[in-house]
Amino acid sequence: MNRIALLMLFGNRSTVVGMLLGVGFAALLIALQGAIFTGVLNRTVALLHDTRGLPIWVMDPTVQYIDDVKPLDDAELTRVRSVAGVAWAAPLYKGILRARLPDGSYQACVVVGLDGASLAGAPPEVTPDQLEALRRPDAVLVDRVGAAAKLAQPDGRGGKRPLAIGDTLELNDRRAVVVGFCSVSRTFTGQPTIYTTWDRARQFALRERRQMSFVVAAPAPGTSAAEAARRITATTGLLALPREDFLWLTVRYYLKNTPIPVNIGIGVVLAFVVGTAITALTFAGFVQNNLRYLGALKAMGATNALLLRMTAIQALVVGVVGFGAGVGVASFIGHALRRTELAFITTWQLLALDGLAVLLIIVVTALLSLRAVFRLEPAVVFRS
Amino acid sequence: MDATPVIEARGLTKTFGSGPNAVTALRGIDLQVEAGELLLLVGPSGCGKTTLISVMAAILRHDQGRCQVLGADLAAMPDRERVAFRRDNIGFVFQAFNLIPSLPARLNVAVPLLLQGRSHPAALAAADAMLAEVGLGERRHALPGQLSGGQQQRVAIARALVHQPRLVVCDEPTSALDHATGEQVMTLLRAIARQPGRGLVIVTHDSRVFHHADRIAAMDDGRVVGIGPPPAVASAH
Repeated sequence: MNRIALLMLFGNRSTVVGMLLGVGFAALLIALQGAIFTGVLNRTVALLHDTRGLPIWVMDPTVQYIDDVKPLDDAELTRVRSVAGVAWAAPLYKGILRARLPDGSYQACVVVGLDGASLAGAPPEVTPDQLEALRRPDAVLVDRVGAAAKLAQPDGRGGKRPLAIGDTLELNDRRAVVVGFCSVSRTFTGQPTIYTTWDRARQFALRERRQMSFVVAAPAPGTSAAEAARRITATTGLLALPREDFLWLTVRYYLKNTPIPVNIGIGVVLAFVVGTAITALTFAGFVQNNLRYLGALKAMGATNALLLRMTAIQALVVGVVGFGAGVGVASFIGHALRRTELAFITTWQLLALDGLAVLLIIVVTALLSLRAVFRLEPAVVFRS
Repeated sequence: MDATPVIEARGLTKTFGSGPNAVTALRGIDLQVEAGELLLLVGPSGCGKTTLISVMAAILRHDQGRCQVLGADLAAMPDRERVAFRRDNIGFVFQAFNLIPSLPARLNVAVPLLLQGRSHPAALAAADAMLAEVGLGERRHALPGQLSGGQQQRVAIARALVHQPRLVVCDEPTSALDHATGEQVMTLLRAIARQPGRGLVIVTHDSRVFHHADRIAAMDDGRVVGIGPPPAVASAH
């Protein structure tokens, strides 16, 4: 009877189209909104994604998220290094500096200063030669997207060309020479990212009494990052967090203190409600139109359990096809716009949540319709 | 040959609703349908014909009296058993055909067998054979909407008979058809439905088909007011 159920469903094209639109629309919007939400949050922790080799981050105890930089005294570096269980510790600069472009315009850039000796926290996808070149005077690495767009140079023909090795920039009126390129995660504000050494970053930055944004450290062999971080906090009074915990601290800050979750949440809830309404109403209409046939089936010996199964199969097929179409279209949009500023990340957890929402839609739909089927008296078939 | 009556009803009553709104549809029906017999139930609208076949087909429960169908006491059957009893023993022909519009004729006919749990190929093979028997072998792939009213009713008859039920109940099988087509349908029913061991009960208003019956039971106001061979009942009512 499963085949009968599907033929009954697909024999009614307007019903199928209506239900697929409802489920697909809901799945699409939930997937889109969810992927954008994940993408946006992911950008807030872009630097943490790009510096996976830095297991412990030490900061001022009042820091709330990664961009909430409260510089530390240089002496804190020594104190962290002295904590038992810490293998090494290095300074890290993170700030936003103005780059002056050859055409006289300015562009704000995220500048990351790495420990010059170890270059710990080096960005991803940079060649060893170019990383080594960072030790040369005035050397900087620039992210490829920024180099090709916001930091592009005049090409002499009225157009622009990407930054090339050997090009110079001015950072706070100091000369910076491009020695290589790296690929970094997109940042929340979309500013280009420039990597240099800790000492040079201090020269680029405006003079302040304290300039060390973070101390980054690694645990000694046999000590976990969590344990080393706990000891650093206990010894220095600073906030020390394993990289993963710092990432979640930042994400929680954005969830709690920005309108991002509410704005996107409203979209998700509306998608769910509208999708449920369209699907449920269409399916209820379908069942209503088929009551006489369902009544005939009941008269001929179909049990409520069988009709439940048939209805469940119909709803499930619509749910699976609608979910696939919705997620497929969402993925296509994400793929098609991957080179734009769209923040879009799909995870399996997101797909699972989307699937759960679709399941809920079809369960609600099926339950609303089944009520009419269960209450249907087979004697209805003898009423003309 | 099994001499057990297909239907044996004694003192059947059925009331819908309660209190001042109660409507008594059956008021002590006594009726017997023998194996191999074609019985017509006739009477004015609202006289209780439809209620009576609903009770005899194990769809509605009666309030009082006894109703044995194929030797089984319907009152003693729990709901689950009644569903299985209908599925295995009763064929239905409805006034509005009630063929599922999106299924081809052969699948519509196969439904009772699929409900019994028969495999798809076996059910379709039996359905094809049954459709050939009602003269629609060539149209087995047609959807109900592509068939004439008479052809749809023939498909419905094939569906009612495909699982070899011992009781076939038909509700106004000719009322939606013109006279010639109605005559063909009744001839078909008489030819292939009426078999030894099987009872056939037909509710109808159509006096033009009375001559097909073995007996006619005339009903009025919830009672059987006359029963006998067609000429006698037709002249009395």
